[in-house]
Amino acid sequence: MTEQDEDRADAWFHALSDRTRRDILRRVLAGEHSVSALARSYDMSFAAVQKHVAVLERAGLLTKRRQGREALASGDVEAVRSVGAMLTDLEALWRGRISRMDELFAAETQQDTTPTHRTD
Amino acid sequence: MPVTDVQHDLDALTLTITADFAAPVERVWEVYADPRQLERVWGPPGYPATFVDHELVPGGRMNYYMTSPEGEKYYAYWDVTSVDQPKGFTFKDGFALDETFAPNTELPESSQVYDFTEVDGSTRATFVATYASAEALQQVLDMGVVEGSTLAINQIDELLAS
Repeated sequence: MTEQDEDRADAWFHALSDRTRRDILRRVLAGEHSVSALARSYDMSFAAVQKHVAVLERAGLLTKRRQGREALASGDVEAVRSVGAMLTDLEALWRGRISRMDELFAAETQQDTTPTHRTD
Repeated sequence: MPVTDVQHDLDALTLTITADFAAPVERVWEVYADPRQLERVWGPPGYPATFVDHELVPGGRMNYYMTSPEGEKYYAYWDVTSVDQPKGFTFKDGFALDETFAPNTELPESSQVYDFTEVDGSTRATFVATYASAEALQQVLDMGVVEGSTLAINQIDELLAS
């Protein structure tokens, strides 16, 4: 770990230590949001939300651009998670799906029936 | 574990998973052909999937949402491009804006190819998912796989290990 890496890790842990900031980051990773639209989602002042956004921005987890009078925030996907890490997470999701399919087939083999019990 | 092979292609943003199921091809196909069965396997625990529309035919559309433990709904759709019953199908997987299932055009669609082949009475399934961008990958993971607090943990782990 270089000194620079340590500083970055400090900034990340600080930025992610707050529940509202984690929530903001989740939203802006999923798509660009204006700061005012974000502010409407929380029971706090616009200025307080702005401060949270600034902390995430300083940590390099979020980028802002101006469009007219609006400040638009989006999550910096590359900064937050590498493609390799994301494919690994996605693989975990698939392994779960496949084992659930397995369980479905195994249950039928045991019962020797084909329950397609509908819940609708 | 019936997963027999996993390939990550970091440049093409492609994930290829091969699995062997102890069931005939027709039975594996049925999981996808029956929305109620698909719902049972699609979402991770705590993030159930609900298929609102389900048409597994060429040009058909599937609309579904996943519900997070906090009750937040994530809307998505499949545009089915080809069907070769029971041997497989291909579709474009995209994100929708809300319960109208209007596509979220800011995010690219991913391309999915599912193939089921009979091997000695069992089924070898190959799932190939190709993502157009890191943002699209992130969005998939946000649909109930990743907790906000763990977002950066992987990378921080990498930092700590380096």
